[in-house]
Amino acid sequence: MERGEGGNEQPRSGVEGAVRGAAVVFGVTSRVGRELALRFAERGHPVWVGARDQAEAERIAKDIAVRTRVVAISGGFDARAVETHAALVSSIEAAVGPIERMVIAFGDMGDDGRRDPQMLRRIVEVNYLGAASLAELVADQMAARGRGIIAALGSVAGDRGRQSNYAYGSAKGALALYLQGLRNRVFSKGVHVMTAKLGFIDTRMTWGLATKIPIASPEAASHAVLEAMEARRDDLYWPPFWRGVMGVIKAIPEAGFKRLSL
Amino acid sequence: MADWVKRDMEGWGRWPVISAEVARPETRADMVKAVGDSQGDGLLAYGLGRSYGDTALHSGHVVMTTRLDRFLAFDPATGWLKAEAGVSLEEVLRVFVPRGFFLPITPGTKFVTLGGALACDVHGKNHHVDGSFSNHVRSFELLTASGEVLEVRKETHPELWKATVGGLGLTGVVLSVELRLTPVAGPWIEMESVRVEDLDHFFAVSAESTGFTHTVGWIDCVTTGKAMGRGIFMRGRHAPQGIEAKKSLLGRVVDAADRLLDVPIDGPGWLLNQATVKAFNEVYFRKHPRGQKNSIVHYEPFFYPLDAVRHWNRIYGKRGFLQYQMVLPKTPDQRPLREILGAITRSGFGSFLAVIKEFGPTDNGWLSFPTPGVTLALDFPNHGAPLLELLERLDAITVEAGGRVYLGKDARVSRESFQRMYPEWEAWKAARDAVDPKGVFRSTMGERLGLVTPGGRS
Repeated sequence: MERGEGGNEQPRSGVEGAVRGAAVVFGVTSRVGRELALRFAERGHPVWVGARDQAEAERIAKDIAVRTRVVAISGGFDARAVETHAALVSSIEAAVGPIERMVIAFGDMGDDGRRDPQMLRRIVEVNYLGAASLAELVADQMAARGRGIIAALGSVAGDRGRQSNYAYGSAKGALALYLQGLRNRVFSKGVHVMTAKLGFIDTRMTWGLATKIPIASPEAASHAVLEAMEARRDDLYWPPFWRGVMGVIKAIPEAGFKRLSL
Repeated sequence: MADWVKRDMEGWGRWPVISAEVARPETRADMVKAVGDSQGDGLLAYGLGRSYGDTALHSGHVVMTTRLDRFLAFDPATGWLKAEAGVSLEEVLRVFVPRGFFLPITPGTKFVTLGGALACDVHGKNHHVDGSFSNHVRSFELLTASGEVLEVRKETHPELWKATVGGLGLTGVVLSVELRLTPVAGPWIEMESVRVEDLDHFFAVSAESTGFTHTVGWIDCVTTGKAMGRGIFMRGRHAPQGIEAKKSLLGRVVDAADRLLDVPIDGPGWLLNQATVKAFNEVYFRKHPRGQKNSIVHYEPFFYPLDAVRHWNRIYGKRGFLQYQMVLPKTPDQRPLREILGAITRSGFGSFLAVIKEFGPTDNGWLSFPTPGVTLALDFPNHGAPLLELLERLDAITVEAGGRVYLGKDARVSRESFQRMYPEWEAWKAARDAVDPKGVFRSTMGERLGLVTPGGRS
């Protein structure tokens, strides 16, 4: 693990001297994930940021440390290597302390149009298996301490299967269902679990997308996710109009829906 | 969704417009991959699009650097900041002014990236004291055509340094820059402005302003005769501890309006004509009292008066505009400068804003713009052929006087004039061809000026 260098300035304590637990973001090379990690650091949480691309995670940790003068540590991880996850969570807590906030920001849409068993396995293992595994392990740590908030960045694509991206959508939908169960299990132990369903955000996934639908900034999305987490909301649609859009899409009877090209 | 997207790209002057395949890498690894992907029809990095003409345009592949915007290290004891090339000057100020640091050099807008600032080796109001941007950089990382990332320092790669600093992005993609910030007490500037009645008066005031780190003048280039060169001379310095402006009610209103000012649509073509430009110049000159005015101002209006209006370039309408900035070696009678002002006045193409400043000594890149002398920057609505003819005449006067135009603002200078203005271009080209032998990095400007070979291998 690498420690970001914020120069030799004194590390800042949290807001009004409150000692905050660690915030961790898995998949910090997602722009919304990076913005969220920065938001947590601005609020005084020491942060751990992880990505498959470890060098990139390290640059992001350095950025957070320079901007906020808060401890920011980075590491690499592989969402699909679930057998490594328990040791990973232990090592994160050893480095930044007890985890109080966790965000799952990684996702894998697969390659356009490739629909073969290997691709399907990758999509399911990253978006569903890997995310569920990490959430489960961190939820247990939080439950033992009686507090913590977990959020997963999902997608409106998980609300209904459509021919354009149903492999990705089904994995995200399955994760939402899993987290629903986890939320139910850890609620009584003071731990909260939220699913954020993001519409079009100005990221790699929407670059060059020709659409009349408004595209939200990653920064605005990070503020919305953070507020919803702190308010312990069960789910969040961002931008908010997507709740209405998906409400309509979910309400269309399957008999008709299967004839549409969406 | 594809990484490469067909887009019409333009500079701040909105002319010309060049279509390109554009990618916006979100990680350094993606940037390296993009450079590897796009070697067939050439590649150029694009930041925030504040160069005016075709400096950042290219008809092949273009990579946007704006998502590679991480601060990598900062040492408050020395002010050294290492940051990625996509970080904007605005972001540096937002993070570091509250911590007592300011940019060592800033151009007239904060909406430029560090990479762009290095590629154009930008200068500011303190050039006569502090030189240009590259004088405050000790190293940068350069992603070259071979895919290698070099850490370039003046000492380790003297030729690559001189080719990249001010090198218009044609040696590779700058990934990060190590820049030394200047300690300041706060955001305040002690400013004095002096009404100058003519050109000689401008140089007299400029000469007696040695106590100020920052100087610039605005001149009326519509008025002829004895009052030629009348205007307002502004000088300032970072205010010491304890000096700050009281916030007036008007100041608060201006702050609130700042966030709202925008030019949301293109201005009509007639908006900036000879009559309106003349009226503007008259009012701007007359509203300043005779003599001198002292004030304490925030750095925003001092350094970035136009940034308050988000898309001010739209005022010129769809046809766009051209900025012309040249530097002329100083002569006792300022004859070339008078010739230039005379030619503009006779042409009837008034400039909305004409900015004048004296540069100090220089030691920068082979294509860096600043050289000792006086620089004048002018904006002209794009009147087409008659304007281009005027600018050719200004080129001729500039070349004759041993001066040069600023490539960061140019869209039209001829190859012949360029080669006379920048006699070191051959040294530049040799160094650039050594680092990019296949001619991967290309731009519309580079092809126009003969810096790179169009469409292929040099």
